[in-house]
Amino acid sequence: MMVYAAIASRTFRRYATYRAATAAGVFTNSVFGFIMAFTYIALWHARPQLGGYDVADAVTYVWLGQSLLAPAALFGGGFQDEFSERIRSGDVAIDLYRPVDLQSWWLASDLGRAAFQFLGRGILPTFFGALAFDLTLPPRPGTWLAFLCAVFLGVVVSFGIRYLVCLTAFWLMDSTGVQQVAGFCGMFFSGMVLPLTVFPGWLGDVSLLLPWAACLQVPVDVFLGKHEGVQLLQTLGFQAIWAVVLLLAGRALSSLATRKVVVQGG
Amino acid sequence: MTTTQPHPKTSPLIELSGIAKTFVVRRRVGRLRRTRAEVHAVSDLSFTVSRGEMVGYIGPNGAGKSTTIKMLTGILVPSAGLLRVAGIEPSRERIQLARRIGVVFGQRTTLWWDLPLRDSFGLLRRIYKIPPARYRENLDRFVDLLDLGPLLDVPVRQLSLGQRMRGDITAALLHDPEVLYLDEPTIGLDIVSKARVREFLREVNAGQGTTVLLTTHDLTDIEQLCSRVMVIDHGRLMYDGDLDGLHSLGDSERTLVVDLAEPLPAIEVDGGRVVRVDGPRQWLAFPAAASAAPLVAAIADRYPLADLSIQEPAIEAVIARMYAEGVAS
Ligand SMILES: Nc1ncnc2c1ncn2[C@@H]1O[C@H](COP(=O)(O)OP(=O)(O)OP(=O)(O)O)[C@@H](O)[C@H]1O
Ligand SMILES: [Mg+2]
Repeated sequence: MMVYAAIASRTFRRYATYRAATAAGVFTNSVFGFIMAFTYIALWHARPQLGGYDVADAVTYVWLGQSLLAPAALFGGGFQDEFSERIRSGDVAIDLYRPVDLQSWWLASDLGRAAFQFLGRGILPTFFGALAFDLTLPPRPGTWLAFLCAVFLGVVVSFGIRYLVCLTAFWLMDSTGVQQVAGFCGMFFSGMVLPLTVFPGWLGDVSLLLPWAACLQVPVDVFLGKHEGVQLLQTLGFQAIWAVVLLLAGRALSSLATRKVVVQGG
Repeated sequence: MTTTQPHPKTSPLIELSGIAKTFVVRRRVGRLRRTRAEVHAVSDLSFTVSRGEMVGYIGPNGAGKSTTIKMLTGILVPSAGLLRVAGIEPSRERIQLARRIGVVFGQRTTLWWDLPLRDSFGLLRRIYKIPPARYRENLDRFVDLLDLGPLLDVPVRQLSLGQRMRGDITAALLHDPEVLYLDEPTIGLDIVSKARVREFLREVNAGQGTTVLLTTHDLTDIEQLCSRVMVIDHGRLMYDGDLDGLHSLGDSERTLVVDLAEPLPAIEVDGGRVVRVDGPRQWLAFPAAASAAPLVAAIADRYPLADLSIQEPAIEAVIARMYAEGVAS
């Protein structure tokens, strides 16, 4: 366990040294937050209660989306670039002969990154949003706590997806194509473009069951107090199930990859 | 110091029998068609290494050396055969084995680019769960032996190749592994760094009894470090024995240099053949395995012999001939 804590804290500190990137990220997220907030306000004035949200909910949704975009790596990224590059170059050999579990190693690393980006990049945009707009803020501390749990589970689910995407590099050598498709799915099905509750008919129903929903839609709904009591537990359970399923799939695929496929290079 | 102490335990630490590794590669032929081809990187490889040995593993490019090392670490699964390292089947119990082996891939680094050496070592301490006292003791010793002191606070990306290699070798040994695999540990190093690395490996092998298997293209490494050499070519073991034996196997010849009292035509004698004449000095080639004594006696008998010396074949020449023959067959 100590190892993984050390890895997480190392990645946290590494991201903390990228000051300019962090500042640029906060700036971009905030600018996009304003643009999208005005767009949503216009949309919700035309269609009140769209997706079950009032205007304040919708604007809160925008700002939380901007805040969670980097920590939950909704477009992909995070440990992905480094890991798939290591597979492609064969440096993954080094990771494999260490007495550590490959998946846990990268999960720890990604959690360290997410923790930094949540604190360093996530809090400020929503704070700016709250200064400029009326947001729906949770009245009870319990809801804040549930929100943090939901964000954590969302990051793990996002990791699970991205880890599987990376492993394709063992077979394809270059996983950028798969990463792009996955990034697109992440953007669309996490609810980043529009809340999934707004999607019509079966598309909405299905997308709410996909793992990407666990990365943004669910944490935001928890924040907005859409799930309470038993329903809240069910919602967190939905995330947890996806997290477990994806992590197990990742384990199975990595053992297949390392047994059947080959580490590149002399 | 140069002789390795045979360890009392005689059961082999590394054991390979009938190991093969076949890669399936898909090649494009024409626009759309692809064919499957098999590359036999290693075929029917069998050898054992005992505790405390320092073995050189050499062979031309693409011979299968790195593939063998990857199988020995468990990151590559053999296609056939039986493999045991310290009683463990590497690919099945990779993580258990990892605590007991150290690996240096000359072309890659175990260190973290963005971290100073000290922090990389600290992370490895956690990864290998090295007791703090042991860790400090080992680190102090390696820092001293490899002269790493001034480098400890430099990020790895700023180290030169030779400095990084010394860091990597330290990294591979901090957890007191029983076996150390080195895949081209001296690649790209200057003479001074090479000498230092060799001295260090000798120290580790003699001092701790760490078993060492090393691949290299620099035969001086082998001459200076290894009492035993294995030569592999096209995935097959061509030779396993000591360096002297390698000389005789390569059909190599020694050279007898004789100084006669006066310039004479080429000497005619059984068991030797003149390859060069320069005034009173003549060079005669004779089989490396044969004794020089009868040849010298025969010459002294019939020619006015003033002086003589014997030149051993250069190991490079022997190996080069072996590789060339291997390629031809
Ligand atoms: N991932 C791979 N896929 C296909 N073939 C491979 C792969 N890795 C190695 N080979 C082939 O296996 C053979 C042995 O390669 P290996 O890397 O073991 O050689 P080596 O002895 O280490 O050579 P060098 O001295 O150049 O490092 C080569 O023919 C190589 O092309
Ligand atoms: Mg090699």
